[in-house]
Amino acid sequence: MSPRRLFAMVYKEALQILRDPRSLAIALVMPLMQMGLLGYGVSLDIKHVPICVYDQENSQLTRAIVSRFDAADWFSTVRTLHDQAGVRRAIDAGECIAAVVIPVDFSRTLAATGGATIQAVFDATDVNTSNIAQGYLQGVIAEVNAGIEARWFAAHGGQPSGIGQIDLQPGTWFNETLDSRNFIIPGVVAVILALIGAQLTSLTISREWERGTMEQLISTPVTALEVMLGKLIPYFAVGMIDAAVCLALAVFWFDVPFRGNLLTLFVATALFSLVVLGIGYLISVRIRSQLAASQIALLVTLLPTTLLSGYTFPIDQMPRVIQAITLVVYPRYYVTILRGIFLKASTLLDLWQPLLGMIVFAILIVWLASRAFHKRLD
Amino acid sequence: MNASAAPTIQVRGLTKRFGAVHAVRGIDFAVSAGEIFGLVGPDGAGKTTTMRMLAGVLRPDAGTLTIDGVDVARDPERAKLHLSYMPQRFGLYEDLTVGENVFFYAELFAVPRRERIARSAELLHAAGLEGFERRLAGQLSGGMKQKLGLVCALIHTPRVLLLDEPTTGVDPVSRRDFWAILYKLRESGVSIVMATAYMDEAERCSRLALFHAGEVRHCDTPARLKASMPGALLAVLAAQPRAAHRAIAASPGVLGALLMGDRVHVRVDDAARRTPQLEAALRTAGVADARIEPTPPGIEDVFVALLGASPA
Repeated sequence: MSPRRLFAMVYKEALQILRDPRSLAIALVMPLMQMGLLGYGVSLDIKHVPICVYDQENSQLTRAIVSRFDAADWFSTVRTLHDQAGVRRAIDAGECIAAVVIPVDFSRTLAATGGATIQAVFDATDVNTSNIAQGYLQGVIAEVNAGIEARWFAAHGGQPSGIGQIDLQPGTWFNETLDSRNFIIPGVVAVILALIGAQLTSLTISREWERGTMEQLISTPVTALEVMLGKLIPYFAVGMIDAAVCLALAVFWFDVPFRGNLLTLFVATALFSLVVLGIGYLISVRIRSQLAASQIALLVTLLPTTLLSGYTFPIDQMPRVIQAITLVVYPRYYVTILRGIFLKASTLLDLWQPLLGMIVFAILIVWLASRAFHKRLD
Repeated sequence: MNASAAPTIQVRGLTKRFGAVHAVRGIDFAVSAGEIFGLVGPDGAGKTTTMRMLAGVLRPDAGTLTIDGVDVARDPERAKLHLSYMPQRFGLYEDLTVGENVFFYAELFAVPRRERIARSAELLHAAGLEGFERRLAGQLSGGMKQKLGLVCALIHTPRVLLLDEPTTGVDPVSRRDFWAILYKLRESGVSIVMATAYMDEAERCSRLALFHAGEVRHCDTPARLKASMPGALLAVLAAQPRAAHRAIAASPGVLGALLMGDRVHVRVDDAARRTPQLEAALRTAGVADARIEPTPPGIEDVFVALLGASPA
């Protein structure tokens, strides 16, 4: 390898990036746009879930319970219903995610037995939302229960037993505010980097074929390795700048806590950039049309990163077969590392497993890429 | 030019297939230092495929191909150090300036800085591109682009220059500049191989290989090729050359009749005997103003006579 030829390739490629409005736009504007879209648009929290209430008893106690639902930020009471058919209609019409039915003998049963049931019907067409709503609802009921229990003991002359008064304090670590944004945004950085990295390099080789510059280039003494590095190095710089912009936005704009160390972040980001750029380059070598190359790059980066990296869907909730597949889905390692660094202050040592996974991937991809390109027309 | 010296380029039995298409069928030729070797033939005759194999960007299926003693098929990278190839399609970067393209190719061939500066100034001057260093290559005219291609190809002083139809679509002034540079190169001992569709350019070559259906059917100097043409050539000048062509094409003794702009080139077995017969045939057909005179053959006439097909 000649440093001089390599420098010439890097210089030429950098000039072309700077003069091509399309790659500049992909490189600089897209990460900002996506960060805004995904940062604001994707949230697994739900607020103001619409619920309907059918209070059959309509007593002081039940009204107090209903007002609790109203007071909680999680719900917005859409309507008070007056019959069972209304419940059905409200759910069918999609007016509410959940309908709460308080039975006519609620207070009586409670007074007699010390326990009573509230029925809640969920529209589970959106399983995710209904699950979360169910959780919130149970939270509210638990609060109500605590109050009722205390009053029941008071009314019946007994002392509230220590055993009955379990103080439920759900322990939440690392993401204390339970803000799903803190969980999502580090993953968004991975998605953006994967998307842009592979997009950028997927065009580099196919562009030379389409514009007819490749035939002359391969008639010179430049080596395949110099061509590869000459194309990867400038885009690596672009990728790292993009990563820095996204990470800065995550911390300073979206207020995601950053607890880890920058060096670990840099190492992981560099490895990930290398992998996605290498994948784009591989595609570019194989596919000679720019359009096809860009489409395929989108497919092999966006899908695994959004669906199988644990970015939105937790890997340990997936079926075992899919879990096994995620082991070869390279973004999962980076997403794991990013979350570790951001939320847990994980060190290089803590993250040795995903880091090893990324190193293996980086070596594999670069090795494949270095063998993919041949200076021949046939 | 030393005739006893080993040729710079030696091609033996060169063959290339693309699936069922037999693009080049075992061709042989040799090019010496200081020669401009022309490849002439219609599209699809195998000229570009041959060029690409010479440039080391396409692997031959069979045969040997050496440049300066280096086996191009086996060690293309070593051969590439001393050759330059200008593909048929403009191969430089249109989003880079003239100066940046020259710099890029100089660096790929590790041209020393001082030499690069001196040589690029000299070449840009010869190509009439002085003062255009900061212009984007994509904004040059067709002729200027091709001359820039030549400048980039010559920046590292190659021993072999491969040009695939370099002057197609180039204005006459640029073509003159182009040829002036080629003649100078020839004097300095560079071997030039050039595919061309222009017959006037073919005439200027030292030797020509006439390509037809993947084979080199004839290979010699333009003068000797013309001398080898069977029969004698007559030019029929008429106001309506098409009518004249129709009138004489089937006359006895006519070996071939070729419409060439305002005249018809007629190849006959015996000029003295056939001229009056042709005049009679023209009169019968009502082409009254026709004039017949002997004419020296051009490369196109030779190509048609030898191969029975048009060269372009």
